Amino acid sequence: MFIIKHKKIFIGISIVLVILSFVSLSIFGLNIGIDFKGGALVEVVYKNSRPNQEVLNKSLEALNFGSILLQPTGELGYIAKTRDISDPEHTLLLQALSQDNKNSLTEMSFNSVGPSVGRELIRKAILAIILISLAIICFIAFAFRKVSHLSAMGHHSVASWKYGVIAVVTLLHDVAIPVGLFVILSRYYGAELDTLFVVAILTILGLSVSDTIVIFDRIRENLRNQATVAKINFSETVGRSLEQSFVRSICTSLTVILVLLALFFFGPVTTKYFALMLTAGMFFGTYSSIFLASPLLVLVEEWQKSRSVSRGKK
Amino acid sequence: MIKKLILAIVVLVLGAGVAFFVFKSEPRLNKNFEAQKSFFKNHPFRLGLDLSGGSHLIYKADTSVVPESQVGDSMNALRDVIERRINLFGVSEPVVQVQHGGFVSGGGEQLIVDLPGVTDVKQAIEMIGQTPLLEFKIEVPKGTLQAVTVDKDGTAVLDVNSQFVSTELTGRYLQKATLEFDTNTREPKVSLQFNDVGTKLFAEITKNNVGKMVAIYLDGAPISTPVVREEIPNGQAVISGSFTPTEAKQLVGRLNSGALPVPISLLSTQTIGAILGDSAVQAGVKAAIIGFLLVALFLILWYRLPGLVATLSLCIFVAIILALFKLLPVALTAAGIAGFIISIGIAVDANVLIFERVKEELRSGQSISDAVKLGFSRAWFSIRDSNISNFITAVILFWFGTSLIKGFALTLGMGVIVSMFSAITITRIFLSTLVFLGEGKIARFLFSSGISK
Repeated sequence: MFIIKHKKIFIGISIVLVILSFVSLSIFGLNIGIDFKGGALVEVVYKNSRPNQEVLNKSLEALNFGSILLQPTGELGYIAKTRDISDPEHTLLLQALSQDNKNSLTEMSFNSVGPSVGRELIRKAILAIILISLAIICFIAFAFRKVSHLSAMGHHSVASWKYGVIAVVTLLHDVAIPVGLFVILSRYYGAELDTLFVVAILTILGLSVSDTIVIFDRIRENLRNQATVAKINFSETVGRSLEQSFVRSICTSLTVILVLLALFFFGPVTTKYFALMLTAGMFFGTYSSIFLASPLLVLVEEWQKSRSVSRGKK
Repeated sequence: MIKKLILAIVVLVLGAGVAFFVFKSEPRLNKNFEAQKSFFKNHPFRLGLDLSGGSHLIYKADTSVVPESQVGDSMNALRDVIERRINLFGVSEPVVQVQHGGFVSGGGEQLIVDLPGVTDVKQAIEMIGQTPLLEFKIEVPKGTLQAVTVDKDGTAVLDVNSQFVSTELTGRYLQKATLEFDTNTREPKVSLQFNDVGTKLFAEITKNNVGKMVAIYLDGAPISTPVVREEIPNGQAVISGSFTPTEAKQLVGRLNSGALPVPISLLSTQTIGAILGDSAVQAGVKAAIIGFLLVALFLILWYRLPGLVATLSLCIFVAIILALFKLLPVALTAAGIAGFIISIGIAVDANVLIFERVKEELRSGQSISDAVKLGFSRAWFSIRDSNISNFITAVILFWFGTSLIKGFALTLGMGVIVSMFSAITITRIFLSTLVFLGEGKIARFLFSSGISK
């Protein structure tokens, strides 16, 4: 099989992408949104004309709220970001933005998050990440509980826990690349790490794990059917299993990717980056189950074999 | 055969019925909406705050003075009071929820208030803040250290607040307040009647403090500090501060709509304008329709006849989900719509798994009817596995989520469950009906997939 033959290239591509993601994450970091950090965000749209940013900045400075970040949005709007503000401060801010009510505006949205709410959300997010990761690992362990029989039959085979570890490694890969993508979005398009980002990561975990498991299932099924054959060619069996399942794998992901693209291009603004991250997660989830997980499996088996051969020589 | 055909028709009719309900109960789709029966009228889609516009407020409740065993009770009382207060202002469908502190959420006791349609935060905060906090405090025991501040002139000032300690008696034990005028001085006064528990507490307090002062605090400030002359067993108290008649009248109104059992402070606010919500709804609907069409197109082009069948069962899936959104009801948010759209993609998953299996069985020389049967039974494990992980994620997200995440987790989770039903049951019923097409070349072409002939 083509993919198994050139496995090192595909594994290499994945490694490079993951490294790039980590490098960009450590260089650029992430913009943390007010969901987690606390702070306030006001979006206004002017009725007639948008005042000059510098003029507004001056009157905003006079408010003494610390730094106020002003971003133009749409044709006639601004988004102002500050620390979290109280109700009277909110009124003052609106007054300053409307240039003492001379330039009439509509407030599209206002969001003020106290730091304690942000801390609480971080706590919840971390707990959710830990729990879902644990649940997924349990699920993987459960799915691979049976393979050990094969090695018990005397064949040199890959132990079942190694399937599980490889499934977890591919899962990390599926999450790392969308995170890297998000770092770029964060850097150049001002995307912020908010609750939806965390939800996206967790949903990717759920969506992409099954793909890998289904392909591994097929490999094990084929190995079992060959249990009577004296010598199993491991990489050939993996290759054949891939051939049998990659169309299915691509088709199931494609339907999800299609709806996600629709969501990205036509959906609400709030879920745009969310849809994009999930699309990337879905894409690389499928890529990894075909081009990473199975090649890794073959690599592990070859490595195991060469080790046992060298041990035999001693 | 006839049995199968009847079953298929029954499913179709039921599906159409569900779709009809969704259509009839939606004012945007149904032009004669006003003329419909109340059953249809009562089930429009319920939109979350980010789509309908409105305010979302999070309050922190200070329960430090409440004994731990009563925290739950006083939080519920707090919720009832604020609900009543909001209802006075005629907000439609407000949601007031208590969020308990603890291991999961970390923070303390919180009260979450959703006010659809109220986009003026100031108004919203006032609406809630107007509720008075009524407390009864007694003198501290003699000998307790008291805070004394010495001002510039050298006179020592005793801090009033340090002279009193809180008791259990608060506004939550109030039954009703009435406005009265003193027969001699014509001064307005507010008379209070406690409920059973309050009466007992008040009797105890007055009994133990004869000859001492009992301070009545309103919103954290003492308004009246009468001296107790004797035990008051009937649960009646009078506040005779120096009110103007209007002040007294207002206080009575506020007390009757409920005093806060515990003090609250605003932690965070979020307001979304109606325009922003409207455009998000439109975008969400557009994305859902386009996503659905793309999936349908792919299914029919790639899987031919089974693809058409899968599209049909996908239609029924969408109708069922939308009807559930209306009936449960599920408050739809932007994230919730995203969850629903993703579930359309996932719903097809199971069908794809089945069709690929059917194709394999066909290749290995099975007849069409056997291939369909085997395809369904052999694909089951893969379908189960690929749905379990999504379901796990949805459940945990729902558990932990804020309202935003909950919306997503709920629609996704519902989608996963309903899609398993629709993909397996409905598609199977339709497909096994179509087996009558026979085993001819055309039938085999229709049942295979991809670019193969």
